[in-house]
Amino acid sequence: MPHGLPRRSALGLLLGAAGAAALGGVAACSSDDDKTTATPEETGPVELVYWTWAPNMDKIAEVWNKANPNIKVTISNQGGGNESAAKFLTAAKAGNAPDIMQAEYQMLPSFVAAEAVADIKSLVSGAKSAFSDGLWGLVTLGTDAVYGLPQDSGPMGLFYRVDLLEKYGVAVPKTWDEYAAAARKVHAADKSVYFGGFSNKDGGWFAGLSQQAGGQWWSIAGDTWKVGINDAATTKVAEFWGGLVKDGVVDTQAWWSNEWNAAFTNGKLLTWCSAVWAPGVLSSNVPSTKGKWAMAPLPQWTAGESFSGFWGGSAASISASSKHKSAAAKFLTWLNTDPAAVDLLVKQAQVYPAASAGQSSLTTPPEYFSNQASFWKDAAAISSGARGFTFGPNVNAAYTAYEDSFGKAIQAKSSFTDALTSVQQATIADMTKAGFKVAS
Amino acid sequence: MPYLFLAPAMALFVAFFAVPIGYTLYLGTRGTKVSGLGLGKGSRREVSVGFDNYQATLTDHEFWAGWLRVLGYGVVVLTVMLGLAVLFALLLDSAHARLKRVSRIAIFLPYAVPGVVASLLWGFLYLPSLSPIHAVLHWFGLQANLFDPDVVMFSMANIAVWGGTGFNMLVLYTHLRSISPEYYEAARLDGASEFQIATRIKLPMLVPSLILTTVFSIIATSQVFTEPMTLRPISNTISSTWSPLMMVFTQAFKNLDLYSAAATSIVIAAISLVLSFGFLRVVRKRAFSEES
Repeated sequence: MPHGLPRRSALGLLLGAAGAAALGGVAACSSDDDKTTATPEETGPVELVYWTWAPNMDKIAEVWNKANPNIKVTISNQGGGNESAAKFLTAAKAGNAPDIMQAEYQMLPSFVAAEAVADIKSLVSGAKSAFSDGLWGLVTLGTDAVYGLPQDSGPMGLFYRVDLLEKYGVAVPKTWDEYAAAARKVHAADKSVYFGGFSNKDGGWFAGLSQQAGGQWWSIAGDTWKVGINDAATTKVAEFWGGLVKDGVVDTQAWWSNEWNAAFTNGKLLTWCSAVWAPGVLSSNVPSTKGKWAMAPLPQWTAGESFSGFWGGSAASISASSKHKSAAAKFLTWLNTDPAAVDLLVKQAQVYPAASAGQSSLTTPPEYFSNQASFWKDAAAISSGARGFTFGPNVNAAYTAYEDSFGKAIQAKSSFTDALTSVQQATIADMTKAGFKVAS
Repeated sequence: MPYLFLAPAMALFVAFFAVPIGYTLYLGTRGTKVSGLGLGKGSRREVSVGFDNYQATLTDHEFWAGWLRVLGYGVVVLTVMLGLAVLFALLLDSAHARLKRVSRIAIFLPYAVPGVVASLLWGFLYLPSLSPIHAVLHWFGLQANLFDPDVVMFSMANIAVWGGTGFNMLVLYTHLRSISPEYYEAARLDGASEFQIATRIKLPMLVPSLILTTVFSIIATSQVFTEPMTLRPISNTISSTWSPLMMVFTQAFKNLDLYSAAATSIVIAAISLVLSFGFLRVVRKRAFSEES
């Protein structure tokens, strides 16, 4: 990373102080019904513990700590989203949760259902305008509470090897039909090469593709959850991939494995349906193909549309047991809405910021995509067409069922529609067992 | 007075065995009750559900399918691993063996490698583009998917055999060394060959140690977790409930249902107990009849 930090930290100091002062007023008159926050103003020095997995978060916290000696933020770096979610829920149950927690959007409903995160509506009332409605919906879960501030997002696009597409004489597919044709063409030209891949290893990826098609896996009607994992849109997506897998024209090996990295390195895998954070993954897993990649919008179901979905992305939430909620809210508001802080998030933590202003301020493309000068402009265009989603309270159970059912279907080359149905059933069964009211 | 001397042991037993087991039994009878959407304060309560969790585990088709997979895996591991352990122990103990110390350590060494590391290591060896195994197979014109659903059990058993043979060999070898050499002298005077000594004298005398190692192995295989859990990320074929213990992990940390996980782990412990004691009952007469 470039070392422009001194200048930026001075700026952050000023703006951070101003933001804290402005928000101090809000915090002072906040009335949270929780007993632990009955003390309205935390005047004394406060220490906050922040669990996150984004890199260099400690450097950003340092900027804040210098400007706000009374609210000291300590970063504790936790492993990736899944492990840290389990860790956080266990810690919350044991009564020693951190004050602030980075929460993947998909995990947030589980956190809320487990009463591990606080409703901070009254503490962050001014922040809403900084985010798009779609992202804001992910932290309110469609209720009138606010369970965190959006931090980063992951609109999906098609990442492809420019040189190899040329080599095999394939154009960047504009529709999924073209994608299928390209997959067949490339695999026919060389049996060891695949145009793209399907993975049962990440339910979030498949959920993103379903969002693009208009799927709604969870929705709320009154006090009842509706589960629609096998709705028409998602079934369409499942059938599409099922056909390609059955014909053996897409790669089905486990993602994130060394074997998978090697396929990219050796040019055996030409494209990857991923999200804007892909440059980070590719640059660390496949460093040798730097500058050979480009990003295009996802292929569309109907020519001329421009829809996308989200894969990943996270909010920062305040735990229900935190004794310093208003101080934590001050810090979070600064971190996710203050221009200087968002700038740090982008440059230091290498995230695609949730704040709308932060997205448009990105100009220099990621180093790995140096050949695509318009990378961030393209990302913003993709992001604006990304369809939202309501995540349910048992996303993890649904994703586990996805891994198991689709893993079996890949091996047996059996119906993906049936696999999808069993995910739907497992998800409903899990919710019913816990006592949720469920309509399917 | 004698109870006073027992007190420290009893205190340790209560603190580290009785209390955790009791708590797990209790957790197994609990469950959550959600009201409304399950969002917001007080919408989730812990309630008593009686034996529902235990019943759910016992009637879960996937749970028994997991046991069936582990049974197949266990048969392979037990026969191959203990067979190799006996073979190595007898070879090392034979009068003609050279380089005993080096071989002993070489065979034992894999046991010193933690299960996770061993699984990672073998996982790399199983992946086609990186593996010398596939290169050799390729040489003979063969192509194999070591993660194929029908093969993956053997791939996993291989890791357990590789890691466990040395330990069992050492137990058996130690036993062999403690046998009085007079038996062998007598046998030689009777004109027995080394092979006959091994099969007619050493092997029968090894039976008690073999029973011990078998019981250990039964308990270990019924709790197989590390190998499938480590290989799962690089294979599509290993489900999240491949082995019973993986099911506990999935229930506790994926579905966030500690209560079902507690019930399932109690059932697994009970089954392991039945299996190992059942085995002991079956072999008791044969094993110890000579001694009594």
